[in-house]
Amino acid sequence: MATEVLMPALSPTMEEGTLAKWLVKEGDTVKSGQILAEIETDKATMEFEAVDEGTVGKLLVAEGTAGVKVNTPIAVLVEEGEAVPTAAAAAPAPVVAAAAPVAAAPAAVAAAPVAVVSKASPDWAAGTPMKTMTVREALREAMAEEMRGNPNVFLMGEEVGEYQGAYKISQGLLDEFGPKRVIDTPITEIGFTGLAVGAAWGGLNPIVEFMTFNFAMQAIDHIINSAAKTNYMSGGQVPCPIVFRGANGAAARVAAQHSQDYAAWYAAIPGLRVVMPYSASDAKGLLKQAIRDPNPVVFLENEILYGQSFEVPDLPDFTIPFGKARIWREGSDVTIVSFGIGMRYALEAADLLAKDGISAEVIDLRTLRPIDYDTVLASVQKTNRCVTVEEGFPVGSIGDHLASTIMQRAFDYLDAPVVTCTGKDVPMPYAANLEKLALVTTAEVVAAVKSVCYR
Amino acid sequence: MTAKLAFPHPPARPDQSPDFSNIVVPLAGSLPVPPLDLEARDARPFAIGLIRVLDDEGRAVGPWADCIGDLSDDDLRLGLRDMLQMRAVDRRMLNAQRQGKTSFYLQCTGEEAIGCGFQRQLEKGDMNFPTYRQQTLLIAADYPLEALMGQLYSNDLDPLQGRQLPIMHSARDYGFFSISGNLGTQYVQAVGWAMACALRGNGKIAAGWIGDGATASNDFHSALLSASVYLPPVVLNVVNNQWAISTYTGVAVGKSETYAARALGYGIPALRVDGNDYLAVAAVSRWAIRRARQGHGPVLIEWFTYRAAAHSTSDDPSAYRPKDEARAWPLGDPVERLKAHLIRRGAWSEERHAQAEAEILDEVRTVQKAVETHGTFVDPKPISPAEIFRGVYADLPDHLRRQRQEMGF
Repeated sequence: MATEVLMPALSPTMEEGTLAKWLVKEGDTVKSGQILAEIETDKATMEFEAVDEGTVGKLLVAEGTAGVKVNTPIAVLVEEGEAVPTAAAAAPAPVVAAAAPVAAAPAAVAAAPVAVVSKASPDWAAGTPMKTMTVREALREAMAEEMRGNPNVFLMGEEVGEYQGAYKISQGLLDEFGPKRVIDTPITEIGFTGLAVGAAWGGLNPIVEFMTFNFAMQAIDHIINSAAKTNYMSGGQVPCPIVFRGANGAAARVAAQHSQDYAAWYAAIPGLRVVMPYSASDAKGLLKQAIRDPNPVVFLENEILYGQSFEVPDLPDFTIPFGKARIWREGSDVTIVSFGIGMRYALEAADLLAKDGISAEVIDLRTLRPIDYDTVLASVQKTNRCVTVEEGFPVGSIGDHLASTIMQRAFDYLDAPVVTCTGKDVPMPYAANLEKLALVTTAEVVAAVKSVCYR
Repeated sequence: MTAKLAFPHPPARPDQSPDFSNIVVPLAGSLPVPPLDLEARDARPFAIGLIRVLDDEGRAVGPWADCIGDLSDDDLRLGLRDMLQMRAVDRRMLNAQRQGKTSFYLQCTGEEAIGCGFQRQLEKGDMNFPTYRQQTLLIAADYPLEALMGQLYSNDLDPLQGRQLPIMHSARDYGFFSISGNLGTQYVQAVGWAMACALRGNGKIAAGWIGDGATASNDFHSALLSASVYLPPVVLNVVNNQWAISTYTGVAVGKSETYAARALGYGIPALRVDGNDYLAVAAVSRWAIRRARQGHGPVLIEWFTYRAAAHSTSDDPSAYRPKDEARAWPLGDPVERLKAHLIRRGAWSEERHAQAEAEILDEVRTVQKAVETHGTFVDPKPISPAEIFRGVYADLPDHLRRQRQEMGF
């Protein structure tokens, strides 16, 4: 699909400028971030970077042209092998074009419907050999593969070595990699998180295992104020390539201090990447990607999912890029968006709803920072209805954020308000029946879908 | 007997005369030089004593003086020059803040010997994890004054591109790690950096820095525990300058005899040093850095000193301590003491000192004027808004590039 490149504004007051120089020519392949052109006003010159990838189909404005109005199409990007559309047929501009509205620029928010293209695509080629493994095995295999491939990667945390991990995620790693790379720590999250952040700045790639993320509350200052912000505050002098991983959210009968879901907390922080996988293939592919990422990554696992088995591609080096959602089930009547263990409720609900003749599309976000908005928006534009599912608290949830994004970018497509299914707004109680009710339930998801379908 | 509570209070308040009668100042040269593999159990005399080299007549005496017997007249004059330059920068920047050219400044007056003396003993590639009062480490690392002042003025000479508070410098290539505004976090991070040095086998060391007040933080204790468990090459510095803004040092030290003595409980050897004695600083720094580099593990140094200036430009110490307390400080002034020693060696004079002070002030003023042409708070020259988005991630993500372009940059 063709994408128009629009004349940018150098400042909020700029109305027109000179297209001084093209740095690409027709037929060139451009990558996101590549400099396309130099733009001048009477005050300044700026290099104009591509947002999207593609091939330069046509340059619509010749270099040296003065008085080019802001937001005039100046070039057309096409996908490989695609014909260049005639100028008038290039519209509508996809949301990913330079002038598209985003949440942070309220002045630019357009209510007009714009078509969105989903980024979701298969994670492996058809016919790839598969093997069955648990999420636990997938996480272990991801760490072991990355540790074999990069001597700077090491694991530290409470009981990760001699005891083989509180949840046995690190089983066998001490034997293979030795005590310099699988490091048992004193029981001080603030201590070993600070150590690992220092070691990441010092040129290593630590993986910090929190027995559960509840205990990382002690260390959250190091995660947010140090790991996430120091590269920025230092003017880019010290990136922090580190992975914080461990069990997140409710397990079973462990009460208020051991059951919290931190997805929305960490997803709020610029500088972090936040991953919350559901399946074993995602656990493996995303953890490998996390270990390679040059930024701090919060990797939220779930104790209940550790023992669950999934099919995983049997590939020597399988990774999944961040910011790409997965469509688990296609449907036409409603979009259910979830992540992590929330996917259990979403998929169970979709099965039940199918019996009632409601076709639900189920999307797993997989990463919460970045979020793949386009896949969600494209689905909502098809189904016109959306329900979100997560175990976390209701105020400031991921669902709230999606609801607001959908309202801003797909308002005209909605046939019903977005409904967010979350945990209850209470600390987790201990008693089994109360605990179950305090979390989101499949029945609540089914009811929410029926309400947005007016059934 | 009934239970009682203690509420530590300083020996003198503003309406009283300074009283340092509780401070024992041992004779210079009275403590020996321990072996590099000193163990905590043998370190107690060093942790509760006070290592001093310069005596009251400006002579360098005792075994610690012999450790640095190779320092030449030029080396010592360089040390004096570092301290004079630091003092000139502090004075000029305090004035600049008073004139509204920057929002905030913080001097290190009285503590110049510590960072200046320590830094000159480090090697390239070693890393300090400083607090906000160690600008001396930058001066003695020959960090360009243009960058230092540009950071304070937040103009286009600021290497941090306007992203961080004035005085929160960051200069990786000069062995000066990015300062954290959250007190104490850098201490355990220094231990982690040192662990990385050892795991990588690169022969480098780390140095953590913390003030007496912030030793109360969790990170201080986590750092000591971690250093004691993994024994990495780290020098843990505590600058005890008697005051944490208005909080008297007794509120942080409690019933511990000294801050150095705290380390002994963690099994880490510790030494307490006259921080106003440039030669003692140089000698003990060299010993501790060599110890770490040779694989004998962590060591803690308590630098005993006095914060002669206000905590910061936002502080008025006359509200909580006697105005003339700095003058009564029994360990004197570091610049005056090194000057007296150099004169005694025949390597310096009052005239040369006065001339050096004037020259250094002139140099600092010249740089300051040049840096101010790039913008100050009074005459700001804005940094490009594009800088808002740079450095959040190692590479600029698409959503931030898009936001930047929507802002028009």
